[in-house]
Amino acid sequence: MHSPVKPLGGHAVASAPTNSFVSMIVQHHLFRPLAALALLLLVDLLLIPGFFHVEIKDGHLYGSLIDIANRAAPLILAAIGMTLVIATRGIDISVGAVVAISGTVASTMIGGTMVMNNGVPEYVANTPMVWAICAAMGAALLCGAWNGFLVARMGLQPIVATLILMVAGRGLAQLMTDGQIVTVYYQPFFFLGSGYLFGIPFSLYIVAAVFIVTFLLMQKTALGLFIQSVGINPVAARLAGIKTAVLIFFVYVFCGACAGVSGLMISSNIKSADANNAGLLLELDAILAVTLGGTSLAGGKFSLAGSVIGALIIQTLTYTIYSIGLPPEVNMVVKSAVVFLVCISQSAEFKNMWRRAFPARKKGNAQ
Amino acid sequence: MSAVMNTPTASTPKKTGSMMSSPYFTSLVTVALLVVLLVAGGAAYPGFLSVQVMLNLLIDNAFLLVIAVGMSFVILSGGIDLSVGSVLALTTMVSAWMLQTWHAPPVLVIGVSLAIGAGFGAAMGAIIHYFKLQPFIVTLAGMFLARGLCYLISINSISIEDPFFVAMSQTQIPLGEEAFISPGALIAIVMLVGAIYVAHCTPFGRAIYAVGGNEQSALMMGLRVARTKILIYAFSGFCAALAGVLFSFYMLSGYGLHAQGTELDAIAAVVIGGTLLTGGYGYVAGALSGVLVLGTIQTLIAFDGTLSSWWTKIVIGGLLFIFCVVQRLMAMGAAKK
Repeated sequence: MHSPVKPLGGHAVASAPTNSFVSMIVQHHLFRPLAALALLLLVDLLLIPGFFHVEIKDGHLYGSLIDIANRAAPLILAAIGMTLVIATRGIDISVGAVVAISGTVASTMIGGTMVMNNGVPEYVANTPMVWAICAAMGAALLCGAWNGFLVARMGLQPIVATLILMVAGRGLAQLMTDGQIVTVYYQPFFFLGSGYLFGIPFSLYIVAAVFIVTFLLMQKTALGLFIQSVGINPVAARLAGIKTAVLIFFVYVFCGACAGVSGLMISSNIKSADANNAGLLLELDAILAVTLGGTSLAGGKFSLAGSVIGALIIQTLTYTIYSIGLPPEVNMVVKSAVVFLVCISQSAEFKNMWRRAFPARKKGNAQ
Repeated sequence: MSAVMNTPTASTPKKTGSMMSSPYFTSLVTVALLVVLLVAGGAAYPGFLSVQVMLNLLIDNAFLLVIAVGMSFVILSGGIDLSVGSVLALTTMVSAWMLQTWHAPPVLVIGVSLAIGAGFGAAMGAIIHYFKLQPFIVTLAGMFLARGLCYLISINSISIEDPFFVAMSQTQIPLGEEAFISPGALIAIVMLVGAIYVAHCTPFGRAIYAVGGNEQSALMMGLRVARTKILIYAFSGFCAALAGVLFSFYMLSGYGLHAQGTELDAIAAVVIGGTLLTGGYGYVAGALSGVLVLGTIQTLIAFDGTLSSWWTKIVIGGLLFIFCVVQRLMAMGAAKK
C-alpha cells in the first residue's frame, strides 16, 4: 500500500501487479475522492446551468463554486482536526459542542452596543474583538485539552470521553447565553465568516493557512509519522520510544482548536450564537468527510488533502441537491447511501469479493 | 481489559478488593446513587417521594428504557448503535402515515413498524459483520438514513387519531388506591424482564457476552458469531421500533424530529447502569437503574422550577464523566493486581 505521509509518491505500490502510469493514478489514495468529486461536478455541469460561471460582483468573486468553498470552510476545518484524531485510532464527537461553545463565548463577549457618533448610530464591541476571539479559542483549547486528558491520561475510550463533552458542552453554552440566541451587532466580527479579501472569501484564507501549516507539520517533521504509528499500533509505538500519551493529547487539543475556529466562523456568518443549533451534527459530517477522503476509521494512514476533498464532496452534494430542485430532505438519504457505499467499497472483504468476482480482468491487466 | 471477567469468581481474596472488583459493584453504585437522589428529592420537595411520582418516572421514560435494553445488548457485544433515535422517529412516522392515509388496522401498523425496525437493524448488523466495518460508522449512516426517510414521508408532524392508539395513550391501569401506570410502561417492564432472561439464561445471551469479551475467541470456540451479531443489531432495531410505538402512544404523533439525541441518552443510561463500553461486562438490568437515574435528575430539575433545562445536560455529562472515570480506575486497579 502507499504511504499517505508521502502522498505524492505513488512508488510504494510495488505489490501491485502493474506499474503503468494509469494504474499508478488509479492506485493513488486521492484517486477515489477526487473521482467522486469530479463525478459530482460533472452532474452539476449537466444539470445546473451556469454552475461553473464565476464573475466579479461588488469587487469580489461570485458564483456557485465560490459559494460552495465558502460554506464548506467550517466543515473543512473540523475535518482537518478530526483527521489527526482518527489517525490515532480515536474519534472526537464533541466537535459540534465545541463549535457552540466557542461561538457563544465570542458572541456574548462582543455583543454590540449602539452608540451615537456625531449623530450616526454605530455599534461598538462590549469587549475588544481580539480578546473575545482569544477567549473563544481559549475555551476551545480547554475543551480539547479536557478530551485529550480523558483519552491520553485516563485511558478512556475516545468515543466515551468525547461523548461527555458532547452531552454537557451544549448545556454549558446554553448556560452562558441563558438559553437565548445572542445576536452580534459589531461589524468587524462579520468579516471572519462573510468578508472578502482580494475578492476571495476571507474564511478560505483561514482554511488555507490551517491546512498548509498542518500539512507542513505532518510532512516536514516526524510528527505525521509518529501520529500514524500510534494509530497503527499504539503499544509498538510506545515501545519504540514515541511519547504516545503526549501525541494523543496533542491531537485532541488540535481538534478542539480547529473546532474553535470553525465555531468563530459559523457564529460570524450567522451573526449570532445559537447554543442549541450551531454546528449541530458537524462532528458527524466531519467524520464522514474524513472517511470519504480515504482515511480509515481504524487509524494509521491518513490523508489531510483527502479530508478536505471529502468536505468539499459533502458541501457540493448538499448544493447539488438544493440546486436541482430535489427536496432538501433527500440530502440525508443520499448522504447515508454515500457513506454505506464508500465504507463498503473501502473494506478489505469487499475488495476480496471483487477480486474473486472478476479474476479474469485482473490477469489480463497483469500481462 | 483482560483482567475484567464476567464472573464474580475473578475477584481477589482480599475483602474490599473482592467487593470493588465484583461486577455487581458499579451496578450497586448506580442503585445507591438513585436512592440518594430520591431521598434528597424527598427531603427537598414535599410530595416527591409519592408512589405516583415514581411511577411517572417509568411512564415518562418507558421508551428510553426499551431503547436502553436494546442498547445494552449491543454494548455488551462490544458494539454501538447510533441509529436508535432515528429508527424510533421513523417508526412513529410510518405508523402515523399508515394510520392517516390507509386507515390500516393498528395491529398491522405495529407489526409492520416492528418488522421495519428489526429488518433495519439486521441489515446494519450484516453490513457490520460481513464487511468488517466499524459499528460506529455503519450505524451513523443508518441514523442519517432513517431520519432522511422520515422527512421523505413528510417534513411535518402527522397526528395520530386512531382510537386504539388514543386508548393506549389514555388508559391508566390502577395500582393500589391512588397510583396508576400506563400500558407503555408495562410493556417496557415486560421487555426488560424478557431481556434479562435472554441475556443471562440462554445460549444466545452467553454468546453475546463471549463476542463482547473477545470476538476471535468466540469464533474459535465455535460460537456462531455472525448469527449472534446480526441478531443483536436486529434486536436493537426491534427495541428502537417498539420504543417508537410506545413513543407514538405517548405523543400521539409521528414526526421526523422526534427523539433527537435519544441514542446518546440511551448510551449514557447504559454506561451509568454499569455496563462497560468495551463490551462483555455488565448487566442488562443496569439499563433500568441508568434510565431511572436520568429520569430522576430530570424530575428533580422540573420540581425545582428555577433551574433551566440545560442543567439536565450538564448534570448528565458530569455523571457520565464520574462513572467512566470510576470504571476506568477500577479496571486499572484490577489490572495491577
